Amino acid sequence: MKRTALILALILFAGWLTAQTRVSGTVKDTKGHPIRGASITIKDSYDGATSDSLGNFHFQTNEKGNFTLAITNIGYNPVEQPITLAGSPIELRIALKEQLSELKAVTITAGSFTAGDAKRGAVLSSLDVATTAGSNADITAALKTLPGAQQVGEQEGLFVRGGAGYEAKQYIDGTLVNNPYYTSVPDIAQRGRFSPFLFKGTVFSTGGYSALYGQALSSVVLLESIDLPEKSEIDATISPIIVGLGTQQLAKNKKYSYGFSYNYVNVGLYFKAIKQVPDYFTMPQFHNGDFNFRFKTKNGGMVKYYTTFAYNDLGLRRQDWDSLNMKDAFSLTNHNWYNNLSWREYLNNGWKMDLGAGYSTNLDNLGQQVQNAMNMPKSFADTAFWMNFKNFQVDQRQDLSQIKAVFDKKLGGISSIRFGSEYMYAYNNQRYRNPSYHTDSLYRFHDHYNAVFVESDIFLTNELAAKLGLRYEHSTIINKSDLAPRVSLAYKTGPFAQVSLAYGIFYQKPENSQLFYTTNVGFTRATHYILNYQRMTKDQIFRVEAYYKKYDDLIKTVPLSYFYNRYNNTGNGYAKGFELFWRDKKSIKDFDYWISYSYLDTKRDYLNFTERMTPNFAATHTASIVMKRFFTRIKSGFNVTYSYATGRPYYNIVLNNAKFDMTDQGKTKDYHSLNFSAEWVPSVGNTKARTFWVLFASVSNVLGYNAVYGYNYSYSGLYKQPVTPPANRFYFIGCFLSWGVDRSQDAINNNL
Amino acid sequence: MQKTLFALALLFTLTASAQTDKYAQVMQKNIALLDSAKSIDELQSLAGTFERIGDAEKTKWLPYYYAALAQTWIGWNPATKDKDANSQKINAYLAKAEALEKNAELYAVENMSATQQMLVDPQSRFMTYGKTAADALQKGMQTDPNNPRLYYLQAMSVFGTPPQFGGGKDKAKPLFEKSIALFKSAQPKPLYPTWGQKQAEDMLAQCQ
Repeated sequence: MKRTALILALILFAGWLTAQTRVSGTVKDTKGHPIRGASITIKDSYDGATSDSLGNFHFQTNEKGNFTLAITNIGYNPVEQPITLAGSPIELRIALKEQLSELKAVTITAGSFTAGDAKRGAVLSSLDVATTAGSNADITAALKTLPGAQQVGEQEGLFVRGGAGYEAKQYIDGTLVNNPYYTSVPDIAQRGRFSPFLFKGTVFSTGGYSALYGQALSSVVLLESIDLPEKSEIDATISPIIVGLGTQQLAKNKKYSYGFSYNYVNVGLYFKAIKQVPDYFTMPQFHNGDFNFRFKTKNGGMVKYYTTFAYNDLGLRRQDWDSLNMKDAFSLTNHNWYNNLSWREYLNNGWKMDLGAGYSTNLDNLGQQVQNAMNMPKSFADTAFWMNFKNFQVDQRQDLSQIKAVFDKKLGGISSIRFGSEYMYAYNNQRYRNPSYHTDSLYRFHDHYNAVFVESDIFLTNELAAKLGLRYEHSTIINKSDLAPRVSLAYKTGPFAQVSLAYGIFYQKPENSQLFYTTNVGFTRATHYILNYQRMTKDQIFRVEAYYKKYDDLIKTVPLSYFYNRYNNTGNGYAKGFELFWRDKKSIKDFDYWISYSYLDTKRDYLNFTERMTPNFAATHTASIVMKRFFTRIKSGFNVTYSYATGRPYYNIVLNNAKFDMTDQGKTKDYHSLNFSAEWVPSVGNTKARTFWVLFASVSNVLGYNAVYGYNYSYSGLYKQPVTPPANRFYFIGCFLSWGVDRSQDAINNNL
Repeated sequence: MQKTLFALALLFTLTASAQTDKYAQVMQKNIALLDSAKSIDELQSLAGTFERIGDAEKTKWLPYYYAALAQTWIGWNPATKDKDANSQKINAYLAKAEALEKNAELYAVENMSATQQMLVDPQSRFMTYGKTAADALQKGMQTDPNNPRLYYLQAMSVFGTPPQFGGGKDKAKPLFEKSIALFKSAQPKPLYPTWGQKQAEDMLAQCQ
């Protein structure tokens, strides 16, 4: 027995000695760069090797005969090849082909800032919005610290790259928001209606955007609402101007959630303490209620419903600019109901479906009355028509119903194609009454708007990608169609750097106020050309973008009388410029800052302009610096924002013999604003605390700089009254409480 | 006849044990190499070796575990730039191991893999990878409440959290102590992981 074993061992040993084969070689990619860490294996044996930093490998094997050699590395297509082991050395040259991968692949960045917690390319998260000094948790205000947007303080909206505020549109979960801001009050910018904490991601596109979006000449803001909340919680807000209470309930099985909240804003107390320039006879107050319901479908899809109801009213008197002992009393009541239903579903064979539906209705009752020093109504002789036109009552309603469907199909690798359709039904009416002339007119129109679009993301390699899109639109009110092509290219120039190019044509219907009077008009049009370079590491972003934008078929006003106008499409213009953005979270510990700069050269001939002129919302140079620092030792964060813009032009354009004449023009002084905010998060780190709270305080325009946004001219043209903010500084102090989930965790994570 | 049967049986046992011996020998040799390996190339080559052993054996989770562990040591090396790609490799090994057996040791590696990815960008990744890491730790402790490595990893996470956020030396110290106590009483089976005691002792010294 012993002998048998011995012989067996000897045979084995002999075999060991004689049958060793040396296998060596190199592993490279298709471009000839060595691949490190690739695994080379003789299948079903222990033998093999791993390539070194030069792609070289070698090993000895005792196996004999025909085997399969497998070469694998993550990120590359695996290779198998037959190998015959017979004792003589084998030398191999192996080439692996790189797999196309979403993580590595280039993304198209021309024109758009992606913001969100989930994405690595985050530029601004919800918390960034809330902790940007001066924004007071208003999304639009925070976006104004990014390049491309103007520091316009007398009107709400985003004025992007020489575009007017109405040229920028907002979308929530793919569907258009008809009234994203509270109703305009003359010369006072209003806030956006939606809290940044509703959204997990925000894309601010300053041009060249996808064919999925239309009816915006300058910009789109794409807001993506959060899916299921992380935990159930109850939230409360307490401040001298706002009280709020809300809850989010997540089901135990984490399949669905619902939530509702209510808040009430009344600035009465605040306006009594801090003097305002206008005399508020109805203190601004706002009621807001919302409800949401969300559930996960079987295949990981998501259905979300969100609704919000808002009511607000206000009344204010300001100095009349024609007569120094008279005042204009403006009052406003608004009702707004917004609904958004979306369904995202993953279907078989790489198909994805996004359905969206929306309904919103907005009702404004607003009016103005000229009053004397005693606040009593004042009437005028018929000949003083410019005064009589300051007395009016407007009741208007805007309804929008819409559906949108987008289908997305993954092609081989990571390329994809998507297509879909959009339908909107808009009903708008406006009743205008003028008590001086006993006029009572009703304007209204319906519009059926249809669009179909197709878009394809094509990845030629991990370094080179193209996005090709085409959009067809039709609007019944103007009975016009258009075809809008969109093309973007991106090329990765290094591991963190890339160059992108974008081109596109964008169409937009004329505004409601114009369509009430004239429907014999066409789409306005903008053509964008954008060149972008971006270098982004996890803590730093540098980007520079240059653009040229051509405006055609802009709306021109054809005056019929002092008050009545017709409109046509004979306007045009251009905008060109470049922008810089730098964000750094790395160089100084716990310190996050960004700097943006925009240069803008724009002229347009539109509305009542007498020729191509720089519009009054365009400053040549705009810059912002935003700084944030959280001190964990004292559980507090401090934020500072400084914004600067050169002066903007202003004009006095008057009607003279059925023709517009410019009688005066000038440029406002430069704009400066230094804002400060701080938050104290006492429950940071206290894992046993049941109540979590954040104390927040802010001051806008700390230095009390007297901003002038423009001028209002008297009818005679001899007097001009500056347009200024209602107060030099704005103060806010508030306490945010939450039970159930640590909201303060957000603050910490942001500063880790 | 009986003799022949006995001889055959003996031969069978011998060859079978030669087979397992080869596995044990190769594993022992490579585990020793892993303990002393320093460079990324060495570790990468060991990860490959362990994977080949696993692929050839087909029923053993330990080779894949060590492949994942070697890959994890690569992930902790600051010279490793693309942590996502590295963790993808770790997770691929873990998936192969978990297909055979799910246990606390694998959860420990899963915790490290997710932690490495979280550290790429803690601000935006805490809610995703940070949660995966914490979940792995929790599941691991449910599976084996006395695993010293899990307590060591938990202690490391507490150690790395600033005191204001509920972490710090003082809070980590008892966890390191518990981990070391468990290391001392642990009786690992042959070829099972033993790493961690020295690291825990070094960290405890830092807590003093």
